[in-house]
Amino acid sequence: MDLYVPIVVLGALAFAFAAGSVLMAAFTGPKRWNRAKLEAYECGIEPTPQPVGGGRFPIKYYLTAMLFIVFDIEIIFLYPWAVAFESMGIFALVEMALFIVTVLVAYAYIWRRGGLEWD
Amino acid sequence: MSVPLAAPDPTLQSFGQDPWWLIGGKVLAIFVFLVLTVLLSMWVERRIIGRMQLRVGPNRAGPFGLLQGLADGVKLALKEDIVPRQVDKVVFVLAPVVSAVPAFVSFIIIPFGPTVSIFGHQTPLQGTDLPVAVLLVLAMASMGAYGIVLAGWSSMSPYSLLGGLRSAAQIISYEIAMGLSFVAVFLFAGTMSTTGIVNAQADRWFAVMLLPSFLVYVVTMMGESNRIPFDLPEGEGELVGGFHTEYSSLKFAMFFLAEYINLATLSALATTLFLGGWRAPAPISTVWEGANSGWWPVLWFLAKLWLFIFFFVWLRGSLPRVRYDQLMKLGWKILMPFSLGWILLVATIRGLRNEGHDMTQVAIWAAVVIGAVLLLSIAWDLVGRGRGDGGEIVPDLDGGAAPEAAGGFPVPPLDAPHYHGVAREGADVTAHKEVASGSH
Amino acid sequence: MKVSTQETVRTVGIGAGAKELATEDMTLNIGPQHPSTHGVLRLRLTLDGERISRAEPIVGYMHRGAEKLFEVRDYRQLIVLANRHDWLSAFANELGVVLAVERMLGMEVPERAVWLRTLLAELNRVLNHLMFLGSYPLEVGAMTPIFYSFQEREQLQRVMEEISGGRIHYMFNRVGGLKEEPPAGWTDRARRAVGEVRGRMGRISDLIMGNEIFRARTRGVGVLSPEQIRQYGVSGPIARASGVDFDLRRDEPYLAYSELDVRVVTRTEGDCLARFECLLDQVHASLDLADACLDRLAELPPGPINQRLPKVLKVPEGHTYAWTENPLGINGYYLVSRGEKTPWRMKLRSASYNNVQVLTELLPGNLVADMIAILGSMFFVVGDIDK
Repeated sequence: MDLYVPIVVLGALAFAFAAGSVLMAAFTGPKRWNRAKLEAYECGIEPTPQPVGGGRFPIKYYLTAMLFIVFDIEIIFLYPWAVAFESMGIFALVEMALFIVTVLVAYAYIWRRGGLEWD
Repeated sequence: MSVPLAAPDPTLQSFGQDPWWLIGGKVLAIFVFLVLTVLLSMWVERRIIGRMQLRVGPNRAGPFGLLQGLADGVKLALKEDIVPRQVDKVVFVLAPVVSAVPAFVSFIIIPFGPTVSIFGHQTPLQGTDLPVAVLLVLAMASMGAYGIVLAGWSSMSPYSLLGGLRSAAQIISYEIAMGLSFVAVFLFAGTMSTTGIVNAQADRWFAVMLLPSFLVYVVTMMGESNRIPFDLPEGEGELVGGFHTEYSSLKFAMFFLAEYINLATLSALATTLFLGGWRAPAPISTVWEGANSGWWPVLWFLAKLWLFIFFFVWLRGSLPRVRYDQLMKLGWKILMPFSLGWILLVATIRGLRNEGHDMTQVAIWAAVVIGAVLLLSIAWDLVGRGRGDGGEIVPDLDGGAAPEAAGGFPVPPLDAPHYHGVAREGADVTAHKEVASGSH
Repeated sequence: MKVSTQETVRTVGIGAGAKELATEDMTLNIGPQHPSTHGVLRLRLTLDGERISRAEPIVGYMHRGAEKLFEVRDYRQLIVLANRHDWLSAFANELGVVLAVERMLGMEVPERAVWLRTLLAELNRVLNHLMFLGSYPLEVGAMTPIFYSFQEREQLQRVMEEISGGRIHYMFNRVGGLKEEPPAGWTDRARRAVGEVRGRMGRISDLIMGNEIFRARTRGVGVLSPEQIRQYGVSGPIARASGVDFDLRRDEPYLAYSELDVRVVTRTEGDCLARFECLLDQVHASLDLADACLDRLAELPPGPINQRLPKVLKVPEGHTYAWTENPLGINGYYLVSRGEKTPWRMKLRSASYNNVQVLTELLPGNLVADMIAILGSMFFVVGDIDK
């Protein structure tokens, strides 16, 4: 676990710095209240009221995002294989080739069905 | 490769043995290094872009304007910290922190140099190393993206929202290609630890052996950095400021800081994974034995790091912004299949060599495969290309169609197709009622 | 305050299992204060995701009542007011007014003045186009070209400044000619400036046109059909980019254009790239015209540059319409006089006003990112829209 100690230390230091700066900004800067200043910026006109809680906004790439997770996990499978490739010989090669080809078939299917197009 | 003078190159086992003061010192050094790099790279960027754009750039604050970054930071600190009314306050305040912290943390696994002696203590010039060091960088990069997405969402402003969503779209577009570009490196290095990867490049840099992976990484690191040509979440001309439209003062500075630290991290990672890390470039290391020992490697590392930063700046000075569906097309339809094919090819070549096959034959086959793929893509390109060169233009619409009819005044041609209005669906008339309350 | 849209759209996912989610459209205001509207144009967009489902240009934030003010200015003062609506083509704006007034007065303008006017109008056109050649790449994200185009602008602006004293609003036209003789040696300096700008134009076109990303952002985006062009009265380089081959300088020549070989730059594609190419090519064409004017000016015998005007300039009763091919399109003045010192009415037909109206039809169906590319390629000046 000693390997992880510096990460935690640097993380703590960075957090202290970032959080400290953000909090400090409240004290170092001036405070001049102005109603218009506290509005959201909307190109100089009164902002369009946003629905409570942000409303529902269409995210066209939702499906692609789901596919992203699938493929991202596939990459994670590739990492240990790549690291241990030398020690596993030709078996690893054939096995992973089959895996990648399978993935490519799925990929081609998604492409054909238009899963990689969002509006 | 021979390192006769000093201690052997560090390995994963060299880590985790530092005393507490050394850990603290290293962490502090990395922190200070990053902050200084940010200040300096801001100055360098503005000066270089200034030169590229026929102007001077900042030259007032300090010698050659070197203190410009610091001056900007102080100025931001003294600005009012505005938290707009409509925002989700907790997330709004947290987002800049979420963005900045991971940016710092990634740098801990970047090797600056080999083992050196600090106050009589032999230690590698590197914060720490992990068996999964590169994964840490990937994880931190994804964490940083949360900062941007949350900043966009919590601002509750349309520009910010669109910026944040674009950031998410951007991540799903390039991150797969980025992850795939690492696979070949791991394949050759046999490890994910950065020390191991640097050691594996003692003879030849991976940028040479794995050029396609290197190119894919360079493209995707542009996407990761949120800068032109992939600065979609900000998109100044489109979304005003994108996700940081509503941020001011030091909160804005945190995003700024994170962006420039990411720049340094991505450059350092490229250096480590593909350009031999701290190892001296070929002509120097062959001529000079001591180039790869002691403190000298820090110099080579910094030189490579700044080379990449310059590359970033150069691109920013010369390229326009891509559209996000183009980015996605690039990531999913070009880089990803390309990377997968490349990994298969590399693995096959390496597997066959390990089995003791004739390398020249393997190389010929590889060349044939690459050639076929290239030909195919060129053919594809040619088929898809070809902008229709349109019909011939005939001079028409000669102003006053009937001059004598209109008493010598030019009138529009009366037989022109008539405008019948835009076909609109939905009851937009009521839905778009606007009450005049001073907005006009 | 606005009531956000009540209508919902259905997003239909692909694949069998995708649920249909009802989502609300979002109203996004681009402008009045937006980096890409260079001025105070406002577009109210209704977005479905990032795709625009409805767009409405809202103009008038910069309305200065120019037409009403024309009515209380005498014919000398008119010019200074008229050159302001399109601040990038001040000389061309002045030109329409003096042409109208001269026509009503039946006044003959000295030949040297005619040629010098033609020259200055073309230089003004180059200045205008250079501005957009720089600002358009800036809008799609490339920062550098604008600095190069401004260098060229500076070169020409110096020439214009030397002759007129102004850098933006030249105010060099007078009824019956021009304000005064050009300074000694001015034509040589003008010729040198034209040559230098022409020599360096390659830098700008290399910087922009060779860029794959720029082409990908603009090719096939925002295609205007000739039909739409005619319906909306779009004119100028935008119309010519869609294959509407109409240029007043050739089709109804004024000034000295009838004696010049006016090359009309056209494209057929009608997309953003074609509009940009039209502009770029037009700069070369205009520089050639400027050179031709300079050649002709050198041959002309010395003579007056303007006409002596009476102390009180009254225009006889009647009406006329003078239109000119301004850098951004057709600019027309309909002048009605009742024989007084001031016009009874002067209607201004400005190019940008018509050109931006077509956005209503052009924008829906495009992405927000494309909206910027399209908006930038409409080459408008807000003062010219709002008058």
